[in-house]
Amino acid sequence: MSPRQRQIGAIFGLTGPAYAWLAVTIFLPLSAMLYCSVLDTSPLVPRPSHFTWANYAAFFQKPFYLPLTWWSVLMGFWTTFFCFLVGYPAAYALAKRIKGRWREALFLLIVLPFWSNALVRVFSWTMVLRQGGLIDRLVHTIFPGAPTFDLLFTYPAVVIGLVHSYLPYMILTCYVSLQAIDDSLMEAARSLGAESWTVFRRVVFPLSLPGIVSGGILIFVPVIGSFMEPRILGGTKGATLGMNIEEQFTVTANWPLGAALSFTLLAIVLVIFAILYPVLKRRGVWS
Amino acid sequence: MRTRTNIATGLAQVYLALVLLFLYVPIFTMAAMAFNSSPLYELPFQFDLVWFKELAGNDRLIRAGTNSVILAVANTVIATALGTAAALAFSRYSFRGRRVMQLLLLPPITIPWLVIGTAMLVFFYWTFPSLGLSPRGLHSILLGHVALSLPYVIIVVGARLTDFPKSVEEAAATLGATPWQTFWRVSAPIIAPGVVAAALFAFATSFDQFVISYFLAPPGVTTLPVEIYTSIRKGFTPEINAISTIIIAVSMSIMLITARFYKFGGER
Repeated sequence: MSPRQRQIGAIFGLTGPAYAWLAVTIFLPLSAMLYCSVLDTSPLVPRPSHFTWANYAAFFQKPFYLPLTWWSVLMGFWTTFFCFLVGYPAAYALAKRIKGRWREALFLLIVLPFWSNALVRVFSWTMVLRQGGLIDRLVHTIFPGAPTFDLLFTYPAVVIGLVHSYLPYMILTCYVSLQAIDDSLMEAARSLGAESWTVFRRVVFPLSLPGIVSGGILIFVPVIGSFMEPRILGGTKGATLGMNIEEQFTVTANWPLGAALSFTLLAIVLVIFAILYPVLKRRGVWS
Repeated sequence: MRTRTNIATGLAQVYLALVLLFLYVPIFTMAAMAFNSSPLYELPFQFDLVWFKELAGNDRLIRAGTNSVILAVANTVIATALGTAAALAFSRYSFRGRRVMQLLLLPPITIPWLVIGTAMLVFFYWTFPSLGLSPRGLHSILLGHVALSLPYVIIVVGARLTDFPKSVEEAAATLGATPWQTFWRVSAPIIAPGVVAAALFAFATSFDQFVISYFLAPPGVTTLPVEIYTSIRKGFTPEINAISTIIIAVSMSIMLITARFYKFGGER
């Protein structure tokens, strides 16, 4: 065997299993679902099926899909926004203000909840937000005459729970890019006469943008398709497109419609990425 | 100037304390309710271990927990092995199609799990019966978990591999080491921290994964997250708190032990 052949053999041997696995679990299923989305009868029904666009048309024809989608997108934006608002200062404080052992300990404390179960974290908010829950109790202890405080099954409850679940992502990615900024850059800016705010705005913030963007993507993508969090914390009121897709597969068993809605969701994600792509490319996030 | 820095540091500490409060208050409330005797989460708090006793007799939850652990271990072994192999190929050889293969790792990360999970359900439903397999079950869930973990393993191990120079391996080869010896005596010890980090990630991905498992779990066979979800929807008792508390205690302990051996976030 020539060295060249040996090398090709090694590459196949090393990457083959992983990519075969991905083919069977990601790429073939997505193709199968694309096919399923243009069928007029569910695969569960033992009847011959025909080609149709009706499942995609339903998205635009049924009046309730647009508001559902709008709320899903809004939920994604609000969650990402609040994660940034809360997480970025935390990452900054951790990377630039806290030093030594304290930093390590605090960092660990922030990523620890991450390793607890997502469902458990969402569930724990029901104990805090419901009537007679922690916040309600607290408000009544301080102001005995206050009206009942019941946030459970509202939009804010969904966003609070989602922010809690995804906040560590934002802190992590922002921390990594803030940590990589050399302190001497900031000192140089300062010695050239820049105010603290200017140093932040012109030096620190632009350099940390890749961290913010990758954190945002890691949060936005799963949130826009989420159905578990809105169901537990939002009840029937906070219905999302994700919840509707879940029902097509589990309750009504209309798989083709569910498949078409899934691809619509995917298209929305891709459109949002396409809009953001120039920013991502310029900042070298994908490199 | 000195006092200004001190004030800034003080503010940073207060802010981080508030963020930690936000992260931990719900978790502690949930854990506290596991030790409260009221089945309706009523206060005042009365210490009781009744929910842990109930949990011990709850076969469904315990079986779901065992399934979750088995899946997470199997997923960790398979995803770490396959992912490390692929990462080695990417860092050691430059070949046509490498860039495309690396880009193919993005879909599992950037497509919502809901879409991936339902797509797997459709595909397995069409293909598995002809192989004599049931479309849903632990084998399907394992297939899905590994698919989600693989990209992360390849990226994490790959990051570690780009950090260490190829010249070390070449030096070993020049000194007469066989490729096998070079791998075990030189490369493996250097990439070990990356592999351990990736394995931890894979374990957490599987143990925490709800969406994929939810669509691929047949009635009666569940994982812990799926079982907790069903219980929350059907109306629940503090047994859920008890098992959640155990999960959190165990996973946090594992993380703390690992943190003693590997530095997270500290100066390099």
